[in-house]
Amino acid sequence: MAVSCVSCGGVPSCRLFLGVRVSLAPRQALWKASTIELQTVSRCQILRLRHTTVVTTKKNVAALRRETYTVDFIKKQIEEFNIGKRHLANMMGEDPETLTQVDIDRAIAYLFPSGLFEKRARPIMKHPEQIFPKQKSIQWGEDGRPFHFLFYTGKQSYYSLMHDTYGKLLNVEKHKNQLQAKDLFSEKAKTKDLIGSRWLIKEELEEMLVEKLSDQDYTQFIQLLERLLAVPGGATGEEFVQRFRRSVTVQSNKQLIEPVQHDKQGRAFSTSHGKRKSAKAEAVVYECGSGGVQVNGMDYLLYFPVTQDREQLMFPFHFLDRLGKHDVTCTVSGGGRSAQAGAIRLAMARALCSFVTEEEVEWMRQAGLLTTDPRVRERKKPGQEGARRKFTWKKR
Amino acid sequence: MLKGMTRLFFRVHKLDPGRFLHIGTQVPQSLAAHLDNQVSIESLRPISRTSENDPAKHEEQHEGQHYNLPLQDMKTIFPHGLPPRFVMQVKTFNEACLMVRKPALELLHHLKSTNFAHPAVRYVLYGEKGTGKTLSLCHIIHFCAKQDWLILHIPDAHLWVKNCRDLLQSTYNKQRFDQPLEASFWLKNFKTANERFLSQIKTQEKYVWNKRESTEKGSPLGEIVEQGMTRVRNATDAVGIVLKELKKQSSLGIFHLLVAVDGVNALWGRTTLKREDKSPVAPEELALIYNLRKMVKNDWEGFDTLDPFIPILVSNYNPKEFESCMQYYLENNWLQHEKAHTEEGKKELLFLSNANPGQLERLCAYL
Repeated sequence: MAVSCVSCGGVPSCRLFLGVRVSLAPRQALWKASTIELQTVSRCQILRLRHTTVVTTKKNVAALRRETYTVDFIKKQIEEFNIGKRHLANMMGEDPETLTQVDIDRAIAYLFPSGLFEKRARPIMKHPEQIFPKQKSIQWGEDGRPFHFLFYTGKQSYYSLMHDTYGKLLNVEKHKNQLQAKDLFSEKAKTKDLIGSRWLIKEELEEMLVEKLSDQDYTQFIQLLERLLAVPGGATGEEFVQRFRRSVTVQSNKQLIEPVQHDKQGRAFSTSHGKRKSAKAEAVVYECGSGGVQVNGMDYLLYFPVTQDREQLMFPFHFLDRLGKHDVTCTVSGGGRSAQAGAIRLAMARALCSFVTEEEVEWMRQAGLLTTDPRVRERKKPGQEGARRKFTWKKR
Repeated sequence: MLKGMTRLFFRVHKLDPGRFLHIGTQVPQSLAAHLDNQVSIESLRPISRTSENDPAKHEEQHEGQHYNLPLQDMKTIFPHGLPPRFVMQVKTFNEACLMVRKPALELLHHLKSTNFAHPAVRYVLYGEKGTGKTLSLCHIIHFCAKQDWLILHIPDAHLWVKNCRDLLQSTYNKQRFDQPLEASFWLKNFKTANERFLSQIKTQEKYVWNKRESTEKGSPLGEIVEQGMTRVRNATDAVGIVLKELKKQSSLGIFHLLVAVDGVNALWGRTTLKREDKSPVAPEELALIYNLRKMVKNDWEGFDTLDPFIPILVSNYNPKEFESCMQYYLENNWLQHEKAHTEEGKKELLFLSNANPGQLERLCAYL
């Protein structure tokens, strides 16, 4: 099935889809690359699974909005996606029943290798729910009367949600009062783990409700949810609230720790690499030493005559308070003087990880000692003198 | 050390409040007297100074300690010999202190045991940049001056080989070039350093400067020097004559001669000087360099049996010397940073300078 560019009415606006979907004709085992076509639709389209009817009015209200998808269209896309999944599994030699999205991504990356830098521009195959944006359907019936009782507020989903939440709050409080009246109320502080999860952000809530919200609306809603949580003994309330929380990963970066090796004399040492700009360095840190550093066979005082570079080398040791305790030998190539110093610093910090406690490794990571500096030289663009500098602007 | 000083201050104050006004001048002497007492009380603190000011008596126990050079001596012995940074430091601290280090001690030991009947021995102080070669040389020169030797000190041979303004064609030898400015400057300093010898040594030949002037045989060396200083055009030749005479007469035994050249590499390297037609000048074509090379070459009488030279390595500070240097700076209140007193601060400085004296001095200048 081709990627369709749907436009409504007399407005032939065409929007190109960046997500290219692979489709497989069921009859043949071959697949075709997708093409882009223009389709003009004369009627209004119906989107989500709501009890709406097709309204044939001359004035197409939906024409003022963005492209709309019919429910049938979406259903067909989902069917094709599932069939496509099975074909893909067949092609890759995997089990069609247990094909996960991760497998699909891997297979697509294998079958359609792309050198594009922008990840969103590469070929994807995902469930239509994730590709086609959720859109609002027509909210009123044939007689022009809106379906929802809060339609005329303008933000019906938001206000209905607030209404439901407040109803829940009242229920929970009533329940609590009843328990207290019966003296069955127990102060079990059953606060669920709020650590490790966060509230929905405004954009996520907007996406959920398919409506635009303002900041005040959002804060009101979150405050109401927190009030709901504050009431003790509200188990049902908590389940409701959990829908609006997302988990947060605790460990952002698990550092790879090098193993400690021993050389012939029995001294413990550890090796690792580091790089910065275009300089690559490898450092060997010996556990017991007097604080001397050898770079490419030379003393570091001679290799780095500038104090700034030596300060960079000093940073990992000074941070861990181990200035005179380790001996280092390193090799470095490429880059300039500052880049080489930075590369050696990274290599030394990584090598030191194996002699140091987990906590100190975390401190080092937070201090930025263990991160490769991603800054590289920006390319020069045509029409400009440098990466950013433009040619001298002459008025005439 | 600072604590000790303040304690002393109060003690003096309590003893005799009437002499309060004189305390400023009195305290240094009493400090020197009480120093030993303080040492016995706080024997754990490393000492950075020693009261032994005579280089002849410096032994291994004084290693790592600073000794004081009287400023008067400095003017006579070192009119031109000290490195510029050291001169600045002397001006700031108002005193000249040199550290006694092992290479210098070794050389002193050799010098003390030289047998003057044998031909002259050559020593080379070598090492990385900033390790203290020039200052060790100055230590040796001080010792020799105290022992009443004649000192032939060329402060920096590199100065003669580059950045020279005027090159004249030599009157004596047409192929060579003269450097009147450098030569006259050196002669002046040579005179200040060795006043007393200039009248004692007599020339052994007659030298004719030009049609009108000549120096007779047997006239004191001072006259040659004067001639060179007044007639700048002949300064280089005067220098050459001085060198030749001294070399010839050193074996006679009237005086001991020390030839100290700083930056000896310059004698054999390339010059940055060019002739008028932009072709480079080789070192041999400079008269000063040529004469100096003859001086340094081992063709003094009876030299064939000895080694070319004895090398002495000057290296970075060892931990004791480093500590001593830090103490010295702290005593003079040179380090204003709060962390400079602490152990971590010292460790940082040690790492950053890698115990190199020159680097340490530059680093401490910022603190």
